[in-house]
Amino acid sequence: MQISTDIIKDYLIVTLQGELDHHTSENVRKKIDQQYYNNNLLNMVLDLRGLNFMDSSGIGLIMGRYKSCREQGGSISIVSTSSYIERILKMSGLLKLMKVYQTIDEAIVD
Amino acid sequence: MVEKNSMRLEFLSKSNNESFARVVVAAFASQLDPTLEELSDVKTAVSEAVTNAIIHGYEYGEGVVIVEAIIENNRIEISIEDRGNGIADIDKAMEPFYTSKPNLERSGMGFTVMETFMDELSVESHVGKGTKVKMAKNFKSLSDKE
Repeated sequence: MQISTDIIKDYLIVTLQGELDHHTSENVRKKIDQQYYNNNLLNMVLDLRGLNFMDSSGIGLIMGRYKSCREQGGSISIVSTSSYIERILKMSGLLKLMKVYQTIDEAIVD
Repeated sequence: MVEKNSMRLEFLSKSNNESFARVVVAAFASQLDPTLEELSDVKTAVSEAVTNAIIHGYEYGEGVVIVEAIIENNRIEISIEDRGNGIADIDKAMEPFYTSKPNLERSGMGFTVMETFMDELSVESHVGKGTKVKMAKNFKSLSDKE
């Protein structure tokens, strides 16, 4: 699992590559929270286009970050082009809480 | 038609074995020539059951997880077993969004994912003895795909 982060305006952009499961999600969670809180950011964009696997541990991770953003008065959005990932997001009800975009630019402008 | 074949895998309840287990089962299931989506479904369901064994069965302690799979014709049957804590209330555990470990940011969606991605799911569990999750999936035959 590779994670990289970037800051654009008050957005934390998180790009994930590889497999997001229980084993990898703990490290991802720590890195996201560290960047988000240390830089006093408001919003978050999770770019999942590089993921080739995600299970319900990913749902837990995204739900947790959704709560963090909401507590700070910000919002979270997803960038994904995979029907497999979107199926899991939809099943968990996450699509009712956040939007999915095709690119990072679309997620930020909105 | 694929002749009957079976496999058995036993490993320690370490989280880095989650990917190992799902990749092994997916490689075994490949003998049935599934679609990529069908293979993803199996991988995800296996990952959920193995993760449950590690987090809930053994609560991160050391134990053994046993994965068995049987393929025949267009069907795969998988069982994932631990000899850990067991589940006191299986119906409750299977409710969507229910988690006994909300502090760990668990989504409570593990069994829901297994039910959705597989065709059949059953859970046997005895408190103090362990849990066995059995699931099955019927792959569409090659003729159906074409």
